[in-house]
Amino acid sequence: MAFREIDLNMGPQHPSTHGVLRLKLAVDNEVVLRVEPVLGYLHRGMEKLWESLTYTQIVPLTDRLDYLASLSNNLAYCLAVEKLAGIEVPRRARYIRVVLAELQRLASHLAWTGFMANDIGAMSVLLYGFEAREDILDIFEEYCGARLTVHGIRIGGAVHDLDGPLVSRIRAVLERIPKRLADIRSLLDENRIWKERTVGIGRITAGEAIDYGLTGPPLRACGVAWDMRKDIPYSSYDDFDFDVPLGTNGDVYDRYLVRLEEICQSIRIVGQALDGLPEGEFKAKVPRVLKIAPGEAFHTIEAPKGVLGFTVRSNGTDKPERVKMKSPSFINLQSLEHLCQGNLFSDVIGILGSLDIVLGEIDK
Amino acid sequence: MPADRADQSKLRKALDALAGRFGDAVLAGAADKGELAVRLTKDVIVPALSFFKEELGFNAFEDLVVFDNLNSPDEGGARFTVVYRLFKFPGAVRARLTVEVGDGESLPSAVPVYRAADWAEREAFDMFGIPFEGHPDLRRIYLPDDFEGHPLRKDFPLAGRTGGL
Amino acid sequence: MSEPFERGPFLLARADAFITWAQKNSLWPFGSGLACCAIEMIATAAARYDIARFGMELFRASPRQADLFIVAGTVTNKMAPVLRRLWDQMPDPKWALAMGNCAIGGGPFPTYSVLQGVDRIIPVDVYVAGCPPTPQGLIHGLMTLQEKIARSRPTKEILDPHARRQS
Ligand code: SF4
Repeated sequence: MAFREIDLNMGPQHPSTHGVLRLKLAVDNEVVLRVEPVLGYLHRGMEKLWESLTYTQIVPLTDRLDYLASLSNNLAYCLAVEKLAGIEVPRRARYIRVVLAELQRLASHLAWTGFMANDIGAMSVLLYGFEAREDILDIFEEYCGARLTVHGIRIGGAVHDLDGPLVSRIRAVLERIPKRLADIRSLLDENRIWKERTVGIGRITAGEAIDYGLTGPPLRACGVAWDMRKDIPYSSYDDFDFDVPLGTNGDVYDRYLVRLEEICQSIRIVGQALDGLPEGEFKAKVPRVLKIAPGEAFHTIEAPKGVLGFTVRSNGTDKPERVKMKSPSFINLQSLEHLCQGNLFSDVIGILGSLDIVLGEIDK
Repeated sequence: MPADRADQSKLRKALDALAGRFGDAVLAGAADKGELAVRLTKDVIVPALSFFKEELGFNAFEDLVVFDNLNSPDEGGARFTVVYRLFKFPGAVRARLTVEVGDGESLPSAVPVYRAADWAEREAFDMFGIPFEGHPDLRRIYLPDDFEGHPLRKDFPLAGRTGGL
Repeated sequence: MSEPFERGPFLLARADAFITWAQKNSLWPFGSGLACCAIEMIATAAARYDIARFGMELFRASPRQADLFIVAGTVTNKMAPVLRRLWDQMPDPKWALAMGNCAIGGGPFPTYSVLQGVDRIIPVDVYVAGCPPTPQGLIHGLMTLQEKIARSRPTKEILDPHARRQS
């Protein structure tokens, strides 16, 4: 067939764009030539709003950035504020934070597996993934009453202590997850349709990935062992023994494997943190009205989606001068065009899904 | 913790190399806890970025942060402070490059050096109205094209000027 | 008696009661997942909360196949015209449910870019408060909508086409 370039529009209301993302595509028959993401359909003016709120009032709003991993956002923001204000977090609180953050990673990756498989057409995996995720949300609900926008990590520590019954409940849930994971893997790992739509699709080399600023599982799927928990350890992560799962091909299938393997590692970390839970306070003494002398701090963590960071600048009052978020999805999505070029149009959905983006933190 | 990060003398050496290359354009420099922080004049920012990338091995672009100094004048006295954050992997060393930009002035684009700066610069343009010269496609990224004003400037009201719909 | 009625049992019902019974038990939602609330909407549709019990599991991707518009999440000024067009594309009879504080009134975002309530652009039947509402909350909202549908008088519109505009 003769060369014929067609422009296609996808979104902002589309079931597979993971929110309100719009893609402008140019295709030659079935092959993708260009992809231009159009952002801003969920731009809520968060950063402007933060300038009018106190440091403590901002924490619940960070939940609404990456709403599939709200505790990770809490953690990154609180660490930045603590670094700026020089607040020392008690050891027990740091362990509780690790437990919460890793459970959040489990929940986020399980939800991702469901969404991703659903995008490719395997609806039943969505049900399995969400069922496993509900178990973890139950823990959050018991811990502080909320399921999705948890707001469990506060400046100086956590909102509650981890008591005995909750610890045994977490252990019980962790024991069930490998079985559920095995169910999911038996549905997908060797599934011919799944493999045909993921293996070798959306490839990127390690060098290009770093160049595009990719972080998180999409980067580790190329074999780059960049994990902030190891590189710049925070919150006592250096106390725990865990591996950084790596892929080799940098394609959609490897991103899937890396995430599933990370689930296993998270289970390991949570187990160790619960075993070694030190005695002490679960929260540092933080003044009710937190005023911070002029200064600036930047702190990053390894969120489920990649490297998440907050820049906080203070001006001596109880409100920040500016808070800037470095969101992993925002930078990861930039590489979409590169990943899609030369692939089939139908694979755009899978590639987009494999990046695990959340519009809340892209548009802010 | 990676060895590079703890190695203070390496960071000092990098600072000296930078001062040797750019001379007076380096206004200040410091090295501490695995982080290099330098202040530069804005005309050397692109060569400095490529120096960091090519010679010092900072292969990843992390973030671009803009501060509006309207209410809290900085030492330089300019309206905006722009911060480039770079990361070196492996080694886990950070670099923080700072330049000052006045209202209405433009900055040279970093996209030719770091591809990842593309959207970050569009965001800075959208939110603060700083034009980046040489950017391949400088448009608003979040707000509609007909939006008036730049919301993260300190003189922009939170609820907007037009009251929305 | 004419022949068809002699063949088997038959049912007599008030037309309104019959029509609304059918409508309320097979709502096809058009899930407009905009932000965080969308995740809870999906959780409602997934295994544990299983919205299929209410005959509503058929989430449609196209507004032309749906009769219930669930606005789940923050509506920005940029998104508002798109939502309005989607609403206009839905065939009558149709209902709208605003899920979460954002859709109800802007939620925690009194900012330059957020629409302060989706009822400024489309007529909302049921509001479900929460940030986000739990799946139980959404289900309660849907049951409230079912009650509302049961009270409606669809035949009035059929018999008198102007009734809808006047009422
Ligand atoms: S109401 Fe709350 S949870 Fe729902 S979209 Fe708004 S901010 Fe998110």
